[in-house]
Amino acid sequence: MAKISLTVDGEKVSDEVEPRMLLVHYLREKLGRTGTVVGCDTSNCGACTVHLNGRSVKSCNVLAVQADGAEVTTIEGLAANGQLHAVQEAFRECHGLQCGFCTPGMIMQSVDLLNENPHPTEAEVRFGLEGNLCRCTGYHNIVKSVLYAAEHGSAHSEGAQA
Amino acid sequence: MTTLEQAPAAGPETGKEIGKDRRRKEDQRLITGRTRWTDNLSVPGMLHMAMVRSPHAHARIVSIDTSAAKQATNVYDVVTGHDIADSQGVLANAWPITEEQKTPTHLPMAVDRVTFAGEVVAAVIARSAAEARDAAELVDVEWEELPAVLDIKEALKDEVLAHPDLGTNKSALWQFDSAAAGTGGDVDEAIAKARTDGIVIERELLQQRLMPAFMEPRSYLADPTGEQITLWSSTQIPHIVRFLLAATTGVPESKIRVIAPDVGGGFGGKLAVQPEEWITFAVARRLGKPVKFTETRSESLMSNHHGRAQVQHITLAAEKDGTVTGLKVHLDADLGSYVALLGGGTPVLGAFMFNGIYKFPAYQFNCQTVFTNRPWTDAYRGAGRPEATYAIERVMDDLAAHLGVDPLEIREKNWIKNTEFPFTSVAGLVYDTGNYEVATAKAKEMFGYDALRAEQKERRARGDKVQLGLGVSTFTEMCGLAPSRILGALRYGAGGWEHATVRMLATGKVEVVIGVSPHGQGHETAFSQIVADRLGVPFEDVEVLHGDTQVSARGLDTYGSRSLVVGGEAVLRAADKVIERARVVAAHLLEANLDDVTFDSGRFSVAGTDQGMGITDVALATFTSHNFPDDVETNIDAQGSFDAVTFSFPHGTHLCAMEVDTETGRVKMRKYVCVDDIGTVINPLIAQGQVHGGVTQGISQALFEEAVFDDAGTLVSGSFVDYLLPTALDTISYDVAHSPNPSTTNSLGAKGVGETGTIASTPAVVNAVVDAVRHLGVTDIAMPMTPERVWTALRGDPGGADTVESAEPHFEGGNLESPEEDR
Ligand code: FES
Ligand code: FES
Repeated sequence: MAKISLTVDGEKVSDEVEPRMLLVHYLREKLGRTGTVVGCDTSNCGACTVHLNGRSVKSCNVLAVQADGAEVTTIEGLAANGQLHAVQEAFRECHGLQCGFCTPGMIMQSVDLLNENPHPTEAEVRFGLEGNLCRCTGYHNIVKSVLYAAEHGSAHSEGAQA
Repeated sequence: MTTLEQAPAAGPETGKEIGKDRRRKEDQRLITGRTRWTDNLSVPGMLHMAMVRSPHAHARIVSIDTSAAKQATNVYDVVTGHDIADSQGVLANAWPITEEQKTPTHLPMAVDRVTFAGEVVAAVIARSAAEARDAAELVDVEWEELPAVLDIKEALKDEVLAHPDLGTNKSALWQFDSAAAGTGGDVDEAIAKARTDGIVIERELLQQRLMPAFMEPRSYLADPTGEQITLWSSTQIPHIVRFLLAATTGVPESKIRVIAPDVGGGFGGKLAVQPEEWITFAVARRLGKPVKFTETRSESLMSNHHGRAQVQHITLAAEKDGTVTGLKVHLDADLGSYVALLGGGTPVLGAFMFNGIYKFPAYQFNCQTVFTNRPWTDAYRGAGRPEATYAIERVMDDLAAHLGVDPLEIREKNWIKNTEFPFTSVAGLVYDTGNYEVATAKAKEMFGYDALRAEQKERRARGDKVQLGLGVSTFTEMCGLAPSRILGALRYGAGGWEHATVRMLATGKVEVVIGVSPHGQGHETAFSQIVADRLGVPFEDVEVLHGDTQVSARGLDTYGSRSLVVGGEAVLRAADKVIERARVVAAHLLEANLDDVTFDSGRFSVAGTDQGMGITDVALATFTSHNFPDDVETNIDAQGSFDAVTFSFPHGTHLCAMEVDTETGRVKMRKYVCVDDIGTVINPLIAQGQVHGGVTQGISQALFEEAVFDDAGTLVSGSFVDYLLPTALDTISYDVAHSPNPSTTNSLGAKGVGETGTIASTPAVVNAVVDAVRHLGVTDIAMPMTPERVWTALRGDPGGADTVESAEPHFEGGNLESPEEDR
């Protein structure tokens, strides 16, 4: 067992974990943050995407112990002060989700993409989402959502919450 | 900005709800991670289960040593097939397609013999999922390998048997003949005539095996500690699961509650009774403790049903001018190792669709189902209809090519004219409404058809290394599965009706309980729109409940594009009954004659006066019942059921432009346009989303996906590394439009949309690629059309050989920079 302390969605947490425990399992099983989901076992689907110190990672590809001392943001912590993030708004507005299983990962990846490149072209959006699979939407409206978020912007950025 | 709890204020949305682009009610939870996937749930004392699976495609279980696993940390129990042989029930086939069909008993957990690589032979139950998985590794199974049959054509030879006891691999032969049925002429005559004085096109086409690959892996949680045994299941069909659990395990139906909480996609893949589901139920009962099983993605791909998997033999007869005179179809359909829930029925659904939108005078359909030692096949988005549409749309292109005319011209020559509806097809079904002329004209215009044809001509003349092809698919499909009487005539074991309840709450809110069970389709939104319109209440005041057999007691769940067409009508009927009941109460309260009281936009009015009251006022008056008519029950809620008389028939024209690099075999989609007639559109935003997703799955069959097995029967494409799903980078944005002609089979006028895209798009893409290179001598390329297969076809091989490795994508975006760092 290893002791880790980190900040998840603004809350400080500390736990003893097995060294082999994946970050996604830590979030889901230890913290009950089931908003982040597991869609595969080969790091292909991106459903588990969260932010680690502000950058997107596939949380099935990170050990919990690697997140020691880090700041983790999940889909559950993206909205700040009771307000949806612009990308969340955009997914709803553009029907960028159907079953919603890929959505936490898609949104977290899209936020990262827009942080890097606030005004992407359609091709750049498609390139930036290449690591996230969706079986429902055909990506059409997901791409549209990201472009919509870029256009309509966001007053707040992640991490602004207390 | 909207707050977390609430959907945004309605804004300037007034008037009719139907036809409005309502943003979905479902989304607030889903975009904030407040989800209830089965794997998110836990109940006190819950144990976790892991499966031990067969590595062999066909083997006898000699012995299973569970002693080491039982000793492992925190392991509660290790269960083999023998341990639960009497309590586990069986996995039923609901649709024996013929009386003689051979249907081997399908046990959830194998007892003596395994029939495919991945079959469950033991389960380990431990305190955590990780401990269960660790201990599963310690279960030692001794196998006696048996010869396995892994290919449809090999199986038909009956040399190696998937089930030696059966003596054959052939399960059933299902036939339809238009001459015998009285719906058309004799197809053999038509073919004989065409051989001497006409055109005969003969093709063998392959429908590769696909995997539904919904994003949420399946999960089951059974809790036997209450008065009822509760099963949470990531299923499309909670009602059917409950019925079949009761029917096959002996547990009274009234003691079983099945809940489908949030379900992450299905596409037919969760229209199933799953071994792991039955095992979870049996093990929880055995231990008297809640047990959860969640599959890994590898397990999901290996042991959930697959789809398609057919060899199609097509013979089309035509006159010299291209008028089709007959179509003969013989399918060899791979069942896999058992007849799944709708195993044989799925290809048989194609029987009604090979004739497509055309007026064929003679038609024959034969379907031979056959066992192999591979995972069983069942419904995958479209279920039998994409296969049929693929074949006929490919062959119509071949006919056009043979005559040297435009593929749309040959279609128009043969299709049902808009003046000819309702039209009885040669397969015996009545197409209610449609207008192929309008959809096609609109699609051509959106596509810029003539300009693209001109470009194609120019590129050919120039000998451009990148050739352009235009693909056409003018499809129809049967939706609203299914009229119970037709199902009965086809020997299906259940009905196809739907049920709904509408409840008026004292505070004026409305609860709508539906029997259909969504998993991404947006039912909560669409049904709210329907009810808001009918009852004249605000969209926000309607709450749609579903997916729990204790809440929604009756229903037949979601598949076959039935939810709106059948379920929507049930909701309307329930709403109308509420209005009728409330009208009686309103007449009493308004002291008016019942005949003088009318209802409009949520309000009862007395004719010739300015008196009236809202339906929500009636709901409150019913709650208090202080002043209520005599001999009237103190309740205005109502139930509604609907069983359609016939199917509805959406149709559309899909046009696809593909570029083919003749040097490398890479293909690139340039443009995709579709104009669909799905009848009345309740919510265009949602309907178009269904089309986008459906089209992508069909494109993916054409270009990317294939379940590939090695010579030993092991699934090679057993993870998302090897089973190729398209990404955002492999797809383009589509141009989608509608050309609605309301259906006459239900009062909404809806036709169904869930499967249209998938049914239509596969042939559009393949036709486009073949069209690009037909002048180079290519007439067929097997799906998925990998660069290697296209390249090989260009060098003279039709490319029908077995894939030795999984499909390869085409990656575009060479001019984009790669990520600057590996994260
Ligand atoms: S679960 Fe992490 S990439 Fe699929
Ligand atoms: S919305 Fe269902 S997988 Fe993306």
